[in-house]
Amino acid sequence: MAFVTKMKIKKAGDGHDILCLVKHPMETGRRKDTSTGEVVPAHWIEIMTFQLNGNTVAEAILGSGVSKDPLIGVHIMGAKSGDTITVNWKDSKGETGSAEATVK
Amino acid sequence: MNRRLFIKGMAACAAGFGFLKSVVALAVEWPKAVFDSETETDAVKAFFGDTPIAESADVEIKAPLQAENGAVVPIKVSTTLADAESIAITVEKNPVPFVTVVNLQPGSSGGFYSARIKMGETSLVRAYVKAGDKIHMASQEVKVTVGGCGG
Repeated sequence: MAFVTKMKIKKAGDGHDILCLVKHPMETGRRKDTSTGEVVPAHWIEIMTFQLNGNTVAEAILGSGVSKDPLIGVHIMGAKSGDTITVNWKDSKGETGSAEATVK
Repeated sequence: MNRRLFIKGMAACAAGFGFLKSVVALAVEWPKAVFDSETETDAVKAFFGDTPIAESADVEIKAPLQAENGAVVPIKVSTTLADAESIAITVEKNPVPFVTVVNLQPGSSGGFYSARIKMGETSLVRAYVKAGDKIHMASQEVKVTVGGCGG
């Protein structure tokens, strides 16, 4: 199953704010399905890596306490126009996703 | 499909696989012990070790005073500390108190982290910022009217 990953770059102060949104269920493994009464198995994004031109600049470690469809924001410095920002994530089932954008 | 095409396809597959592998290898190991901790104190200790913690005005939490929906509580943490290495967000009364953390590269990423988190009930939200050999902490209470943990 593929999950939609979106990224936004916004100029802010001395650098850029990067916002990453993933359409992901982020199941804790504690919630019960209301129609069947069965526990929904855990499934959440564990690690999200932000890279500027291929160099890791920030690495977010997520737990199941992060909301469904997580929106994660970091601030990076030193990005110039034309630079590439990539985000990669991996979840607890080993599924991955990524998005890429160019700094305007 | 002729043989040449087949070999080409195989090579592309291998290259694709290699790329995926390198992506996974970049990431650190997910710290299970930290998220398994049932109290915030244990979790913070498991992540940061015995580094001394002090309340600090250099760390600011932006969070709603009252959250109508505990399933989605936007939290923003910012710090003026230039050498911030990591920013962690915890919710004292959640079943898994350690919510998320970001590891930064001082110089290329700044003291800011935002996430939308789940909150089971009204609780203190804390932000821990590791800078140098100290941990700077700030806290804010968020009142929750409807819980976000299947309630």
